[in-house]
Amino acid sequence: MSTLLRKWQLPFLMLGPFIILISLFFFLPVVLITVLAFTGMDSSMQWAFNGLSNFKHFINDPNIWHILRNTFTYVFFTLLINVFFGLVLGILTTYFIQKESVGLLFRTLWMLPRITPPVVYVLLWLWFFDPSQYGVLNSIRALMHLSPVKWLASNPMTAIILANGLIGASYGMIIFSSAIKSIPGDLFQAARVDGASQWAIIKDIIIPAVRWPLMFVTLWQLLSLLTSYEYILLLTKGGPLYSSEVLALYSYHKAFQNFEYGYGSALALVLVVVALIMSAILLKIFGMNKLMGSSRIE
Amino acid sequence: MEVTKKVAIRTRATETRKTSPRWKKRLPYIIAYGVLGITTLPIILMYLWLLVSSFAKQMKYGFIPVQFTFENWKFLWSNVEQAGTTYPNIWLATWNSFVFSGSLTILEVIIGGMAGYALSRLDFPGRKGLMKITLLLHAFPSVALLIAVFYILNFLGLFDSLWGVVLVKTALQIPMTAWIIKGFFDDVQWDVEWAGLIDGCSRFKVWYTIVIPLIKPGIAAVSIFSFLSGWSEFLLLYSFILSDEHVTLATYLQNLISNPNLIHYGLLSAVSLFYMLPVMILFIFSQKSLMQVSVGGGKRV
Repeated sequence: MSTLLRKWQLPFLMLGPFIILISLFFFLPVVLITVLAFTGMDSSMQWAFNGLSNFKHFINDPNIWHILRNTFTYVFFTLLINVFFGLVLGILTTYFIQKESVGLLFRTLWMLPRITPPVVYVLLWLWFFDPSQYGVLNSIRALMHLSPVKWLASNPMTAIILANGLIGASYGMIIFSSAIKSIPGDLFQAARVDGASQWAIIKDIIIPAVRWPLMFVTLWQLLSLLTSYEYILLLTKGGPLYSSEVLALYSYHKAFQNFEYGYGSALALVLVVVALIMSAILLKIFGMNKLMGSSRIE
Repeated sequence: MEVTKKVAIRTRATETRKTSPRWKKRLPYIIAYGVLGITTLPIILMYLWLLVSSFAKQMKYGFIPVQFTFENWKFLWSNVEQAGTTYPNIWLATWNSFVFSGSLTILEVIIGGMAGYALSRLDFPGRKGLMKITLLLHAFPSVALLIAVFYILNFLGLFDSLWGVVLVKTALQIPMTAWIIKGFFDDVQWDVEWAGLIDGCSRFKVWYTIVIPLIKPGIAAVSIFSFLSGWSEFLLLYSFILSDEHVTLATYLQNLISNPNLIHYGLLSAVSLFYMLPVMILFIFSQKSLMQVSVGGGKRV
């Protein structure tokens, strides 16, 4: 008995705070949200169970198809920029720019949006799309004697896709460039001696080498894009009306703006289920060991 | 005669063949630099604008400074007042941001350090399972849990308090932090620990007197990363904090931006620069390791 106690004592001590924190703010919320999704809780914080009515409401919600379409458009195009442009940046800064210092400089510049606090980053975009003549786009129009346009009101989707795409691109860039760097250099030399064109080198050496990272980045970003909405909230608040509202933001708005905690939880539960399925796929494809390796920093 | 002529022709032929491919061979590199330069230019211009605009009285066409001034930086010594509303003191917001990021860093390093060590070195039932769960948590949509977290904070009486948000933020980041620190512990030789144990130290004492000093670089990287992510945090603070006395720089700036009566880019960019200063300084000093951590650990809520 006492040996058993001794064996458990140290892990218990070391892991205690960790387990308390993740139970309180990860596991308990999952349970709570599942229960809340079947209640009509509002600002009075009463547990009023109402069965499946939140989910019925979800299907019959007049905005929901529009929001689902927005979510799809937003995730698809942002992902396209993230993955494709991230790959372009990775190839350009590691393969075409042979000088390590220059490549690093460009990669550092591309990291700037990522390390900038979201509020400041969004301010830069607000300035870019400003409806008065002081905005970047409108001052270019002013040079050509055109009247200013309310860009954010007329193209909210484009704005949020561009702003999010630019940040995500640096994520792909870093993962891809480390994958490209690990390709042995004599492979490129052999290809060049054999007279391979640049395109052939990219197609036959680089792309196969980044196949797994490519898939990882796609799935990982898909997961993050589906469930995060911070930049949309800051840039357009989902508006005007519902034109740039996505599902995750809708859940947030329902709970924290309309105080419909029950319905908001039901929406969140849908997202959690989608995310869990995708995480399972992620783990299945990449296996535990690969992910374990990627969490190291050196 | 014939032979030399032929040779001359052949050499000329090879020469031309040599020069044209060389030019052609460089073309992809020139295009590569061009594409990279053009796509990076907007980013450079954006941040340049932020700097210039904070010192400019007026901007022609929105991006050419007309007259330089320190007027925009007045918020440092007097409160911002606009359209009848007085904004809270900037130093209060700065102090709150420091308290928030500082306590987040301390909590993360201590809790993450203990958990990382346990996951790396200690043998206990359920270790593998706990590791898998920790990893899954990182992929979990923490934003989707915001409503439930709100309920819990409300229940604990921690709503509208910086400490409550510190706890939530620590919890959201701790799975990844523990994993990163575990990676550093994995690299420490077992021999060091055996030596300590043979000399009569307890496991706990070995941990904090022998092993911890060996992973100082890792602790430093994790601390910087935690501090920065706390400093940049917006959504949690915006959702769970209401009162002015708990304002942080992120919410302060957001209040200024979202005021429709006040679109004063000079002031906004000056406050932004002030807010970004620690980020820039830390980034310059630790850019390489930070770039790697933010890929592994950057869980944006």
